[in-house]
Amino acid sequence: MVIETDNKEITNSIRENAKKLLSENQVDIVIGYSQGTIPLSSTLIIVRKEEDVDKLIWNNLCYINLARYLAPLMPQLCDSEGNSLRIGIVAKGCVGRAVNLLAAEKQVNLDKIKMIGFNCNGIVNRSKIDLEIGEKEILDVSISGDDIIVKGKNWEKKFPYDQYINELCKVCQIKSPSATEETCVGECQELDSIHDEFSDIAEFESKSADEKWTYIKDALQVCTLCYSCRQACPACYCNLCFVDQNKPIWFGKTTEFRDILVFHLVRAQHLAGRCVACGACSSVCPVGIDLNIITRKLEKIVKERFDYTSGLNAETVPPMMDFKMEDAEEFMLEED
Amino acid sequence: MTETVLEEKKVDKKWEPKIIAFLCNWCSYAGADLAGVSRIQYPPNIRIVRVPCSGRVNPYFIIKSLTDGWDGVVISGCHPGDCHYISGNLVARRRFAILKELLEFFGIEPGRVNFMWASAAEGERFAVLIRKATKIVKELGPNIKFQKEWC
Repeated sequence: MVIETDNKEITNSIRENAKKLLSENQVDIVIGYSQGTIPLSSTLIIVRKEEDVDKLIWNNLCYINLARYLAPLMPQLCDSEGNSLRIGIVAKGCVGRAVNLLAAEKQVNLDKIKMIGFNCNGIVNRSKIDLEIGEKEILDVSISGDDIIVKGKNWEKKFPYDQYINELCKVCQIKSPSATEETCVGECQELDSIHDEFSDIAEFESKSADEKWTYIKDALQVCTLCYSCRQACPACYCNLCFVDQNKPIWFGKTTEFRDILVFHLVRAQHLAGRCVACGACSSVCPVGIDLNIITRKLEKIVKERFDYTSGLNAETVPPMMDFKMEDAEEFMLEED
Repeated sequence: MTETVLEEKKVDKKWEPKIIAFLCNWCSYAGADLAGVSRIQYPPNIRIVRVPCSGRVNPYFIIKSLTDGWDGVVISGCHPGDCHYISGNLVARRRFAILKELLEFFGIEPGRVNFMWASAAEGERFAVLIRKATKIVKELGPNIKFQKEWC
């Protein structure tokens, strides 16, 4: 299907469902995407009235994971007495996963949340486009047919969509939220498990330790420790992040490589079994680090060791909150 | 410390690894004690930190130890099912599994971090495993990847 018409259909279905939910008073607010203020971006909008639903949009630049705005209960999401509002949330597959994850971790109450599901058609890899355009200023971005057209002063460039789609979206198997009809309007599916070969990271894993180290060092060295990846992540909702702790100071805050390494190592450790593979972290990275490879590895570890895929339902206990007597322990040191 | 100095150090036969060992109060710490009381020799490279349970060992501790210049880390707890707090070591085991795989994925020698089970009655086993861990870290050489670059 042509991307342009696909996007229009999705936008219409989102607006229709949002209108229905608001008019039937099933929800108080709807969280969705709206046109971004700068090109190649989208932004969050909270719709409170029926007549505002036309501000909701869907295109392939809606990279934010909206579940990010559910976890820390923001004042906007409460009424004057401090009770939480009933929320409708525009949910692509990975937003649905994140909502399920937050519910499994008892951070949100699913009774108060209604997802507006649809079949996501993938997200564009912004950093890849940014990298090719370089220093030139982008004035307008539009999607026509199967191409993304980026315009500037006296220049125009076409990017075929299927080449600039996010790596994670290429292997994504959960396009619409995994939910029941009670918690979701629109497209949804009920998944128990998914089959994944993880062939995309097999090549990286087969490298020698030195090659891996060089790759990781080159990729992460440009990191400025701005913590945008943490801010965008729906699973990072701690009141006090380990990098902000100053009593004790666990890790250094310089941009020396070991501090960068430690941040990414511990961040990955914290996201094991919780990452929903939405790719928001790499989309917001100002220096364009490809964090997807770490994300995929985490999914693989958890799938192989604990046979778990995050965010498929709100009932299964996440693996790092659970344990089994018969867990594999081949890594333990043993007598010869 | 510059890399060349470290390279020289690696060649130097006198170089001995420094290993930090987090031992569970209820088993391995007593196991180490038993090894000592029974006069079983094990390498003097380890420095012991007593923790209430292997579940108390946050991955921060391990990574912080590596950035602070230790060449290796050993974590030892009770055998599965023997935990004083019922399930602390089982929770810890899942964390360690992930940390170990991540280290390998990042290209850091996973042998720097060693996990083991040793009960209070297994002084001999404790000594054998510490010998083995020391051998592994010794072969890996000094911990360069976490060294400070600017000094």
